[in-house]
Amino acid sequence: MSTKTVVTAVINGNETTMACDNRMSLLDALREVAGLTGAKEGCLSGDCGACSVILNGKLVDSCLVLAAEVDGATIETVEGLAQGPTLHPLQKAFLQDAALQCGICTPGFLVAAKALLDRNPNPSDHEIRYWLAGNLCRCTGYDKILHAVKNAAAELRASTK
Amino acid sequence: MKPLEFSAPTTLNAAIKLYSANGGGAGLMAGGTDLLVQMRSGRAEIGHVIDLKRIPELNVLSYDKKRGLRLGAAVACDVLGAFKPAKAAYAALIEGAELIGSTQIQSRASVGGNVCNGSPAADTICSLIVLGAQCVVKGPQGKREIPARDFMVGPGKTALRKGELLVEFRIPPPPAHSASGYLRFIPRNEMDIAVVSAAANITLSANGKTCTAASVAIGAVAPTPLLVEAAGKALVGSTLDEAALEAAAAASRKAARPISDMRGTKEYRTHMAGVLTKRAIAMALQRARGA
Repeated sequence: MSTKTVVTAVINGNETTMACDNRMSLLDALREVAGLTGAKEGCLSGDCGACSVILNGKLVDSCLVLAAEVDGATIETVEGLAQGPTLHPLQKAFLQDAALQCGICTPGFLVAAKALLDRNPNPSDHEIRYWLAGNLCRCTGYDKILHAVKNAAAELRASTK
Repeated sequence: MKPLEFSAPTTLNAAIKLYSANGGGAGLMAGGTDLLVQMRSGRAEIGHVIDLKRIPELNVLSYDKKRGLRLGAAVACDVLGAFKPAKAAYAALIEGAELIGSTQIQSRASVGGNVCNGSPAADTICSLIVLGAQCVVKGPQGKREIPARDFMVGPGKTALRKGELLVEFRIPPPPAHSASGYLRFIPRNEMDIAVVSAAANITLSANGKTCTAASVAIGAVAPTPLLVEAAGKALVGSTLDEAALEAAAAASRKAARPISDMRGTKEYRTHMAGVLTKRAIAMALQRARGA
């Protein structure tokens, strides 16, 4: 009987091998084993989205994924958004539009918004609000976040033209 | 905390063997959106998690005009939602599946997990019932089919026998001039558990005037979801006019035997079972006439 599983996953482009207790969530593996503390623990029940990461191209709550499940997976976290010192357009827009206050929910919003823009470069307000309904913010309110995502989407569209 | 074993078998038979070998102590996981929360809260005592997502039979998703829909038990809700052939033909099911949780939850949660969790408020079960779904299950004694209407037997309890697991749903092709719809009531816009829910599936005559077959199911108003046969009967032969809809609503109110809890009182739920019955039928009717 083994209570640990060794998994190898590509995290933000880097192949990473981790030995994880079978009870460990992907969130804890990222934070405690891989040293990536961007994803945050909020509710541990899939309600708040603070732990959002992109797993094999799909947005998930990493608290509701077992680390043992991710062998062979590709994972994107908030740490993978910036290219060296250059912030991702979403990160720039969140700063410019003051779309954060305490910052705990911000990594989750950024990753969730990236997953949206990856598949829909020009989402409507309605689509943004529905897509981000699984990410809770208790201080900024959602209007500034909505504006930031729209502005980042516009910048991304302009830069790929 | 007790140690946990983890397995991700790649064949159905290996999964069944593992599950049986663990007696009652193993937890079957598709998306894990219910299971992991229950393990953390201490509601589920699990010594071994069996991840079912690598088993081909549980990932089946296909539609055939003659044989209908096959939906593997571990197919995630977002995958089903993006499956174009199912959209119009099984509207009530897609509607229910897409109401489960956020984008993050949609990526993981499955219809199979939704019904195996056994909640009478599950958003897919009423639709599966009115669409005539069969649940294909397999265990050490072999394969069998359980009609969706009989799958849940009490809160958190299903008709699965010891060692059996849900493999897939099979839903017959929709008859001509038919359509379905699912509705739930929640006190906010999104991301909540149904206070009351209803699904309807109706078939019209070729001229679109008379109802020739109808099925209504209601959820969250009894220990299990309910197929309201009297509501279906009230509709068949009618033109689905206000009197027929009211008769169906009355049948749903009569069948409902809800409890009062923090999400709604007995009286309110009973009333809403009638309201949602009417609206689900009206929705299905509009779709059937538009199609």
